[in-house]
Amino acid sequence: MTARADTRLWLAQRASAALLGICVLVHLATMIYAVRSGLSATAILSRTHGNLAWLAFYSTFVLAVSVHVPIGLRSVLAEWLGWRGRSRDAALIGFAALLALLGMRAVLGVFG
Amino acid sequence: MRPGNDLRARNHPAYWAFLVHRISGLALAVFLPLHFWALGHALAGADRLEAFLRWTDQPLVKFAEWGMVVLLAAHFAGGLRILALEFLAWREWQKKLVAVAAAFSLAYALAYALALI
Repeated sequence: MTARADTRLWLAQRASAALLGICVLVHLATMIYAVRSGLSATAILSRTHGNLAWLAFYSTFVLAVSVHVPIGLRSVLAEWLGWRGRSRDAALIGFAALLALLGMRAVLGVFG
Repeated sequence: MRPGNDLRARNHPAYWAFLVHRISGLALAVFLPLHFWALGHALAGADRLEAFLRWTDQPLVKFAEWGMVVLLAAHFAGGLRILALEFLAWREWQKKLVAVAAAFSLAYALAYALALI
């Protein structure tokens, strides 16, 4: 991995962090609102189904997470487990894809 | 560096902030695929999601969920601190950001616990 690629990953990590800052703030507020009267599937889905604004918001959230989490894990794997190189990066690309797929599946299930 | 020395060098608010950020990040990385998988139950209809939500009513699951939410709040506050340190010109007040992040996490932990009860 070149220094240039490392810089790009660092930038992607910070850009996704800035976006996630907004997403998480909204999510922290939404969670308090949602759990106040206990979670019920019918109550949640009646509010969320077909809501395009929330669908767009949570799709952005999931995609930012799929960028942010694997880049964060990349440093942790190198520093704490000594796992570097292509095998680590390939595993992380797989993990990014898993997060994006499961995340978008959840978004479509709840807001679609 | 001798082990004792190493420990002393690390016993500092910025080191604890680093450790909290890393451990909360790792926990979120493990939790998120499970969270997404669980919410994906909604694709099969409200009944499937309802069955899962009733499983999460168990006190231990609720407590773990609360713990994850607190870790999210801590990772969020610690992350904003890192962005401020890296992207803003250095100012004295930035030294206090560890305390601000800890205070925010604690306040959110209490607020979420109150909302849950």
